[in-house]
Amino acid sequence: MNTTYSAIAVAAVALATLGIGLFGLRFSRTTSDFFVASRSVSPLWNSSAIGGEYLSAASYLGIAGLILTFGADMVWFPVGWTAGYLVLLAFVAAPLRRSGAYTLPDFTQMRVQSTAARGVASMLVVVIGWLYLMPQFQGAGLVLHTVIGAPAWVGSVLVAVIVVINVVSGGMRSITFVQAFQYWLKLTALLVPLVFLLHAWTEDGRPTPSDAGASAAWLSPVAADTGLGLSMYATYSLIFATFLGTMGLPHVVVRFYTNPDGRAARRTTLLVLALLGVFYLMPTAYGVIGRVYAGDLVDTGETDIVVLELPMRMIGGTLGEVLGALLTAGAFAAFLSTSSGVTMSLAGVLAQGPLARRVLGPVAGLRVGAALGILVPLGLALVSGRIAVASSVGFAFAVAASTFCPLLVLGIWWPRLTAPGAIAGMLAGGFGAGGAVVAAIVRGSDEGWLDQLLSRPAAWSMPLALATMVLVSLATQSRRPSNVRRTMVRLHSPERLRLDRADADGISRPDPPRG
Amino acid sequence: MRTPWSRRALGSAEDRATYETLHTASQAAPALRRGLTEDSASAALKHLRTLLGVSSVALTDTERILATEGTRERRSDAMELARQAIAAGTTQAFSTPHAHYPYAIVAPLTVEDAVVGAVVVRSATRSAGLARATTEVARWVSGQLELAELDKSRTALMEAELRALRAQISPHFIYNSLGAIASFVRTDPERARELLLEFADFTRYSFRRHGEFTTLADELQSIERYLVLEKARFGDRLNVTVQVAPEVLAVTLPFLSIQPLVENAVRHGLESKAGGGKIVVIALDAGTEAVITVEDDGIGEDPDRVRRILAGDGPTDSVGLGNVDERMRTVYGNAYGIVVETAPGAGTKVTVRVPKYAPGAAL
Repeated sequence: MNTTYSAIAVAAVALATLGIGLFGLRFSRTTSDFFVASRSVSPLWNSSAIGGEYLSAASYLGIAGLILTFGADMVWFPVGWTAGYLVLLAFVAAPLRRSGAYTLPDFTQMRVQSTAARGVASMLVVVIGWLYLMPQFQGAGLVLHTVIGAPAWVGSVLVAVIVVINVVSGGMRSITFVQAFQYWLKLTALLVPLVFLLHAWTEDGRPTPSDAGASAAWLSPVAADTGLGLSMYATYSLIFATFLGTMGLPHVVVRFYTNPDGRAARRTTLLVLALLGVFYLMPTAYGVIGRVYAGDLVDTGETDIVVLELPMRMIGGTLGEVLGALLTAGAFAAFLSTSSGVTMSLAGVLAQGPLARRVLGPVAGLRVGAALGILVPLGLALVSGRIAVASSVGFAFAVAASTFCPLLVLGIWWPRLTAPGAIAGMLAGGFGAGGAVVAAIVRGSDEGWLDQLLSRPAAWSMPLALATMVLVSLATQSRRPSNVRRTMVRLHSPERLRLDRADADGISRPDPPRG
Repeated sequence: MRTPWSRRALGSAEDRATYETLHTASQAAPALRRGLTEDSASAALKHLRTLLGVSSVALTDTERILATEGTRERRSDAMELARQAIAAGTTQAFSTPHAHYPYAIVAPLTVEDAVVGAVVVRSATRSAGLARATTEVARWVSGQLELAELDKSRTALMEAELRALRAQISPHFIYNSLGAIASFVRTDPERARELLLEFADFTRYSFRRHGEFTTLADELQSIERYLVLEKARFGDRLNVTVQVAPEVLAVTLPFLSIQPLVENAVRHGLESKAGGGKIVVIALDAGTEAVITVEDDGIGEDPDRVRRILAGDGPTDSVGLGNVDERMRTVYGNAYGIVVETAPGAGTKVTVRVPKYAPGAAL
């Protein structure tokens, strides 16, 4: 692959990101003489920003690679990552916004009135963030290795350094505009080359994966069963993790705070569903076309780069190089936006911890938090063996589904949840799923029940956490927070209903008619 | 404290007993500082039992038993004993038909000379030492309850101050605004009408009586109304820029915590400056916090004077700054006081940081 264009593209994305971070705070403000207050972030901007931050390397590169290798059953990844927002929409979005919580630990504290529970939630946010960041760094290393032949650690360190500079300098914190732009950039970066690729594919006589020697198992959505129901378990566990894990991702929840009210939060979620639905068509297409034209990548194990490889293989020439460079730029945008969002959330949680608050103060706390938030997953990325990017992100989802999903759903819908119940449930799910994931990373992959149970833990760890939370709560009913009824009213009543917040002074007449 | 090394380091047996007593007392204190309720009583009682070294103890208010701790407490009987002690106002010892603990000592709890409850202690033996200890514990508990009262009255004072601040916006401002509107009635009736509607909306927000908190969006809207009205008076002499990161519009903050700062900038910074000036209001997103600054290029202020105002002993015409500072500290803790940068002739910049989430701070 010709490296010049791609190297330029990577450099441009890196510089643009740094530039926006250092000088681009202006983007974050609405400047006007009067009446800016009514201009809140619209659901479309907000949902684009969620999409921009959410669509990570796993979505951009990983899915196509997994489909190339394993076939149609891997489509469950994008389906789950999108459907997660459906669950979020139905059960969590509006009440979460109404809770006034900015982070998941905030929600925990607000609901069960316990700083201990808050501490456990903070730790889990950090663990989930680390699991989410690790594959981003690995992916960056792989991409840079592919396009300019640099050693794998160069890309990882490059992304980490840019993200740290951004977060520490105060830029790109959670600027809705910038993250929203990232969504449309990623969409374009995948869409434009895909149009050319589809054209080339049509010219070629539209060969199907079967023509290229794909087996029937490759084409089946629940395929490659080894006779033990293994792949069935793996598929369902994946569905569990992705459907239920989305609501527990730290950088997703933070965005809901920007919505003015619960209604806007629902609208935002609905739009996210649409935006993600459109986006995920493309990695899937790349995967299928990749099976036709780049099936040999499966043998090398570097399937994550199939998206970047296709333009050169199918089109070639300068056009192929330019398209490849565009895809590379999009991939780097994916690494940077997701890593920035997650790191910022982690740094916020770490800086809010009692230790950081007392010893360091808020500003230094945020910086140390950002450094800690980045260094650990960077280290993990450098030492751990290669795991497919999308599978690795799946670990983060599994832990999130086994901890914050029960907490949010029970916290919002079950008044009898207590602090000890919440803590016990989060710990059970966290140690269950987290331990399994660590074991899976350390053991490496083999085929068999144990491997599946460890690398796809959600199907057993999420019910375990849920049951623990319910049982311990029932056993500790005396510890129910005294204000739980009030909390429930607040979570479930629309803001327009003036219950406790009523206009008690009686001057809530409609606005006087205007000229 | 369990290792031999720390035993030596912590002094003699008496010293350690003192430490332990103080430690136990300090554990009971936070609950009692919440006032005398069932929750606080049951949280404090196990520490009080340790403190007294008895097997059974109960806390009552003047009506009923709030909590009991220990073996075989007979509830009805305890309230009867408590009533007698409450009526007498001093520590009483009783003999009861209880099988195992026939002796009871009851000490009243007093807050500001009024009896609010009693401590009921049971013992197997009659002991003057225990009576003394019970009296002392009751006295200590009374002290904590008085502190709780004090906290309560401080909160009440804050609420009263908030009400006072609302009332305080009006006199100057209402007079000036109505004067400015009057000047438009003949020359530009349409504008006068619009200004009157702004005025109506502004007062509706400022005089609302419910809720301690509001959203930054609402507060900014009120500020914009205020500035529209001031602009009617100042004309071209007042330049205003408002820059807001849309992400922070949903932040919850104490009601009328930014508007007084803007009013302060107009009244103390620009009103007496020849040729008017410029006010810049900026709200930024800083991760877990929103940062709001109000800056004017007016006549500035002597920093010492501002320091006195924030300390609460300044001249009364600048109560706005001190009040906002105090309320921010009360709601979010001392780290969230306002920051004022100023010097004579150099304008004034006031910075307020608001955490996006704080327990208890909700609409």
